[in-house]
Amino acid sequence: MKKTTTRPGVVEALSLEDLCRFCQADEAWVIELVDEGVLEPVVGPGRHLRFEGVAISRAKRARRLNRDLGINAAGIAMVLDLLDEREAIMRRLARYESD
Amino acid sequence: MDFKDYYQTLGVSRDASEEDIRKAYRKLARKYHPDIASEADAETRFKEVNEAHEVLKDPERRRAYDELGQAPPGGRGYQPPPGWEGGFDFAGAGPDSGETYSDFFETLFRRGAAFGDGRGQDSHARITIDIEDAYRGAKRVLSLRMPVVDRHGNVTVADRNISVTIPKGIREGQHIRLAGQGGPTFEAGSAGDLFLEVSFAPHPVYRVHGADLYLDLPIAPWEAALGGKVVMPTPDGKVELRIPNNARTGQKLRLKGKGLPGRTPGDIFATLKIVNPKVSTDEARAFFEEMAKKMPFDPRTELGG
Repeated sequence: MKKTTTRPGVVEALSLEDLCRFCQADEAWVIELVDEGVLEPVVGPGRHLRFEGVAISRAKRARRLNRDLGINAAGIAMVLDLLDEREAIMRRLARYESD
Repeated sequence: MDFKDYYQTLGVSRDASEEDIRKAYRKLARKYHPDIASEADAETRFKEVNEAHEVLKDPERRRAYDELGQAPPGGRGYQPPPGWEGGFDFAGAGPDSGETYSDFFETLFRRGAAFGDGRGQDSHARITIDIEDAYRGAKRVLSLRMPVVDRHGNVTVADRNISVTIPKGIREGQHIRLAGQGGPTFEAGSAGDLFLEVSFAPHPVYRVHGADLYLDLPIAPWEAALGGKVVMPTPDGKVELRIPNNARTGQKLRLKGKGLPGRTPGDIFATLKIVNPKVSTDEARAFFEEMAKKMPFDPRTELGG
């Protein structure tokens, strides 16, 4: 087995191009997610979109849901909202059940 | 190598139409999709379903698979007939990257897979850390199974151990980039990057939301009534927390800046929970009786009736 050490970098903010590379999607798809409010970039200098690091996991998730289940951007926005809600409920439930 | 019955995995008959296969796949995918399902083995099930679909949705692959026939009797390991691949060209038709398939699939459909020239592909993986690691930073060794390309273009799967430094203050959902540790490449191009998505292991005490930390803080009835200082644990060590008098169960206290460290550190929110002592001695019993007598209190006035 090969053992390697690398200095890691936390991905803080990324451009539209980077985000596309990360989630293996084209720009039109990412823009669609932005239009549906799934991703919330900030508009940086030169009107370039900047995405926060946590947008990656959301975008990747969206990409998987689209690829595997055929859900469009609007549907994904809704699924992700519902999943967030479910997670919050599960977390509260876990608290009550642990008593 | 075990023979995979892809029809059985999707629950369709061997003469199922493309439409039937798509429907069966979608139904199972919705059930087991790792982004949706909460069951523990959902991811394994989903991979099986996905692999079956990758083969059966593609008429050429399906025909090739059908020609291999049935599973061998007696559960012996499966060997494809020699030279079976003739007439089918799977190169370049590989499914979306970032997935792992069974040895069965890899052997049948990935042999001699041609990788694009130039830079290797990025790889994605997930790393689970403890909340304490995010507070202090940590070192972890990650074991990954990754495809490796030899000089003939054959793809094999190899285990690799990669040691990773977890930077202090990392948040759930953030990504750590390990440059050059990604997918394989032919000698010429540079390797892709490895991206690690960070998630936190469930903690018995703390819950994390963004940079903020939440916990339930049990207090005694007299601590709630009288107020005062109590000692509370945090991932960074113990702190003193001031309880206001007449504190209520469910009341939230905030410790500013004691959440996950960073440029804008998070906060800790402690939700108070009044816990009664167990009355087991005569002395304690007498004490409570005394309270019952001397403190006129009806906690149910608000219920009416």
